[in-house]
This record gives sequence, structure tokens and C-alpha cells, in this order.
Amino acid sequence: MSLPAATLEAATRHRLRAWEALPWLAALGAFFLFPDYLAFGTQVLVMILFALSLDLVLGYAGIVTLGHAAFFGAGAYTVAMLAAHAGWNEPLSGLAVAALVAGLLGLASGWVLLRTHGLTLLMLTLCTMALLEQAANMFSGFTGGFDGMPGLAFQPILGRFEFDVLYFRTQYLYALAVLFACFIALRVLVHSSFGRSLTGIRENLLRMHAVGAPVRARQVLAYAVSAALAGVAGAVFVQATSYVNLAVLGLERAAGVLIILILGGYGRLYGAFVGALAYLLLEHTLSKAYPTAWQLGIGITLVLVALYARNGILGLADALRRRWRER
Amino acid sequence: MDLASILLGGLAAGMVLFVVSVGLSVTMGLMGFVNLAHGGFAMLGGYAVVLAMRHWGLPFGAALALGFVAVALVAALLERTLYARLYRASELDQVLFTIGLVFVMVAGVTLTVGPETQGVQLPPWLRGQTDLGFLKYRTYSLALIAFGVLLMAALWLGFERTRIGAQIRAAVDNRRMAESMGVNVRRLFTLTFALGSGLAAAGGGLGAEILGLDPQYPLRYLAYFLIVVAVGGLGRVSGVFFAALALGVLDFVLKVHFPKGGTMFIYALTIAFLLARPQGLFGKRA
Repeated sequence: MSLPAATLEAATRHRLRAWEALPWLAALGAFFLFPDYLAFGTQVLVMILFALSLDLVLGYAGIVTLGHAAFFGAGAYTVAMLAAHAGWNEPLSGLAVAALVAGLLGLASGWVLLRTHGLTLLMLTLCTMALLEQAANMFSGFTGGFDGMPGLAFQPILGRFEFDVLYFRTQYLYALAVLFACFIALRVLVHSSFGRSLTGIRENLLRMHAVGAPVRARQVLAYAVSAALAGVAGAVFVQATSYVNLAVLGLERAAGVLIILILGGYGRLYGAFVGALAYLLLEHTLSKAYPTAWQLGIGITLVLVALYARNGILGLADALRRRWRER
Repeated sequence: MDLASILLGGLAAGMVLFVVSVGLSVTMGLMGFVNLAHGGFAMLGGYAVVLAMRHWGLPFGAALALGFVAVALVAALLERTLYARLYRASELDQVLFTIGLVFVMVAGVTLTVGPETQGVQLPPWLRGQTDLGFLKYRTYSLALIAFGVLLMAALWLGFERTRIGAQIRAAVDNRRMAESMGVNVRRLFTLTFALGSGLAAAGGGLGAEILGLDPQYPLRYLAYFLIVVAVGGLGRVSGVFFAALALGVLDFVLKVHFPKGGTMFIYALTIAFLLARPQGLFGKRA
């Protein structure tokens, strides 16, 4: 018996394919090919991880949020404040604490916010982020307020690999390793029965209720896991750049990660890779010379994506490939 | 500052928020469209007012009227050509589209006018102070409060006493039923979208003195406009009125007493309020 193509595709989606090694090989290759751009590369890796965390809630669970930087910022400020005030500057345990703090924050806020939907939910995610930003502004004695905390110091990773302030070699490999570990965990998660039920909730909420799935509990859990991953991204960002300021909690970062994910294509994990690289490359080359033109370009791109290319760059690539095959 | 001055200052700011947000509330209630670009129309209106006064020497009132008409026309055009394609699209697409539109507006204004803050030259009769008997207060703030109250009264009459108003109310409550009764909801929406954006433009011009006017305006006040609309209840004009006044006063008080991070309480209160009443002040339970 031959299965229909769509069923076959769904049944084998979880298998690793040869091309999936490509991004990792490219990332390692970039380490040797572009030794002068590793600070930028580290930034790309951090944003990939952040966009991946958003993909879990937005792409898989279908929760539209404008405030995901709340969790990135929570992770960032956790490691920064631990290092500055408690002398806790061991990086790996810092990551774990950041994930825990951001995850708990996601669990708590998801628990209350996900009762609502639509505009109200959108608003509340925005308010939560603004609340944290203003709180960080208010308690400037702890957080450095508007100016932030520069010059944070962290211990060598595993006691051996010193952070490399000049060339970012250690930071790059560290961010890559963290991204790889998080990606594997996320990939397993979205292809598990849990991940499938999230997709079910996104596609048909009523039916998932009808088949007796614990809809809200699953959404809250996905939100918390995503928040923890965003927290890890924020923590790596602070450890790599050794400073933190209010911008990690701002609307600009939240909108940026949303744009990255949409640009790459959501609900497919690899969209985060493509989107972050494309967006940051363009930003890096254009925004310094022509900041206003850059903003104009991003705006027009967003309008066009919303109108014509809802599945982003990878979606466009898929459509082209399909057309090619039909010839 | 004494209580009365704080109250008046807050009310004036609240009236500006009301004028800007009321259109957003009605259009969101009517079409369920998540329009994050509404503040952009307010900014365009503000710039139209400032530029018309500076370059053409128009008086303040005429410049406001011009801003209203120009932005209403632009909004109607955008609604027909672009917004209309996304009515059935997902919330995410609407969010992306309108954020993109905000970026285009912000960049467009920065490119054509420049990134600096613009000031409005008020006419002489709106400058200075007015003696209310029990205290002296800025004339312009008092005029804003009077204008806001008049606008609220006019909108109330328009909604409750005219045919179009009845059609809008019917369509907000039950769009399909209204359509079955022969209401042309599409045309109604273009009309309210244009009028709402025009009002936002007037609000942008009126409020430039209080909220400031620079290209970052639509992003800076995005959360406030949304809070007013969500707390007021979608499509409820009176709800928007009271929510805007409450937010204006609260914001004013907090900025006086906690200049650093005081607005934190506004967000906390909004979250608590919307969790208790997700439908807003006067909204009906969905």
C-alpha cells in the first residue's frame, strides 16, 4: 500500500536529513574563514537561539506575542546581576539559573496571560515586557537603570576557556555549542507527541478541545519552555558582550526577533537560522551607513511579506522548488 | 503641585489620548483588525499641522482641519488598497503588516522632515494662563479638556442618534446579522477607518504640545493607545473616554512622583484589570 505524499511527509518529518548538517558545518567554517567577524557571528548565533525560542510559541503553538524580549531580558539581567552583586560569574551555572528564572517567569505569566486571546493577549505580552523594562529602570541601584551595567566579568568556561574580549573566538564557539544543544532539545520536542499536539492546537483549537487534549496546560508549558530558551539566549548575549542595558527588554528587540522569524519562515526551526543571518547581515552592512533607509527597507519588506510571502524566505524557496519539480 | 493642577494636567493628556485612540477602538471593534499603525496616522497628522503652519502660514485651527482631511484621505486609500486584503488573514499577518507600515511612516518622516522634535506654534489666545477663580492654569490644557468633552458629546450623539451610528453599533455587536439586514459593512468600515484616522491626526496635532512630536512617536505611544482601547472595551466610545482620562491622570501623577520607571504601575494595573475584565470597562463578554 502506498501512502499519500502528505501523510508520508508527515510521518517521516522527524528523521534527520543529510542537509541538516549544513548550517553547523557552515558555522564552523565561518569560524576559520572570517576570524575578524566573530563578534558579529556570536550576535547572529544568539539571535538564532532567541528566534528559535519564539518559533516554539509562535510557529508551533500559534501564540502571537509582542513581548518575547521580556524573557531574553530576564535571562540577561539574571546573569548580569548575579555577576555584579553576588560574585556568581561561573558561566554554565549562570545559564542554568537564567533558564530557570526566565522559565519560571514564562510559566507564571503564561499561566495568567494565556487565559486571554487576540488583541488582549497581544497587549498583555507587550505590557509584561514594558513592566519589566520600567522595573529595571526604577531599581537602577541593582540594574544600572538606563545606562546599564558595563564591564561584567565572567570566569573561563569549564574553568579552561577564557572569554576572548578582542576576537570573540571563545564566545563564538560557546554560543554555537549552546545553540546546538538547545536546537537538538527543541527539535526532539517539536517532533514529540507534545509538539504535535501544539501544532494541533494551532491548527484547530476546537477540535483539540473536543478530543480532550489539555489545551491550556500544553500552551502554558510551551510558553515556559520557550521563555527558558529565550532566557538562555539573553544570558549568552550578556556573557559574550560583558554588558547589559535596558535595550535587551525593549520593543525594538521584541519586534526584531519577530521580524527575523517571519523573514526566515516560522514553524520550521530552520527559518530562525536563515532569518537571523539575512536580517543581521543586512543590518550590519546597511544600518550604519543608511539607518533611515534601512528602517524603510525593513518596513516595506514586512508589508510585502505579510501580503505575499507569508512563509518567509524558506517558504519562497519551497514554492520555487515545487514549481521546478512540476515542470 | 496641588491636587487640582495635577488633575487638570492629567485630564488634558487624557483628552489627547482619547482623541487619538477613539478611532482605533471603533475600527478594531468593527473588523477585529489589529492595527498597530494607528499611532502612525496620529504622527502624520501632527506633522501635517506643523508643516502647514510653518510653510503656508495657516492658522492653528485650519491646519488641524487640513491634517484631519489629508490623513483621512490617505487612510481611506490605504484601507481600500492594502488593509482590505488582510481582513481574513491571521492576526500575525495583520501585526506584521501594520508594524511594517509604522516603520515606513517613521522612516518616511525622518527622511523628508528630519529626526528632530517639532514644536507647534500655538495662537496667542491659547497661550498663557487662564484664571478659573480658584486657580490659574495653562489655557491650552483647559482648551484641550473642553475640546475633548465636546468631541465626546458629538461622538455620543453621532453613535446614538444617527443612522450611520446605529449601523456601526449593530456591526460591532454582530457583524453577520448587520450584513443580513442590509448594512454595507465594508463601506461602513472604510468610512469609520478614514474618520478614525482623521481624528487620530487631529489628536496628533492637538497633542504635539503635550506628547511631543518626533518620528518615534508611533512606537513610543503604541502601548498607551492599545491600553486605552483594550481597557475601554473594543468599539465602546464611552469606555475609551474614561480609560483615556484614567490613563492620562495616572501617567501624569506617576511622572511627577516617580520620574524613573513609575509607569511600571500602569502596566501592572492594566494587566490586573484585563485579567479581571478581559472585555474591558464597558465591553460585553464574548
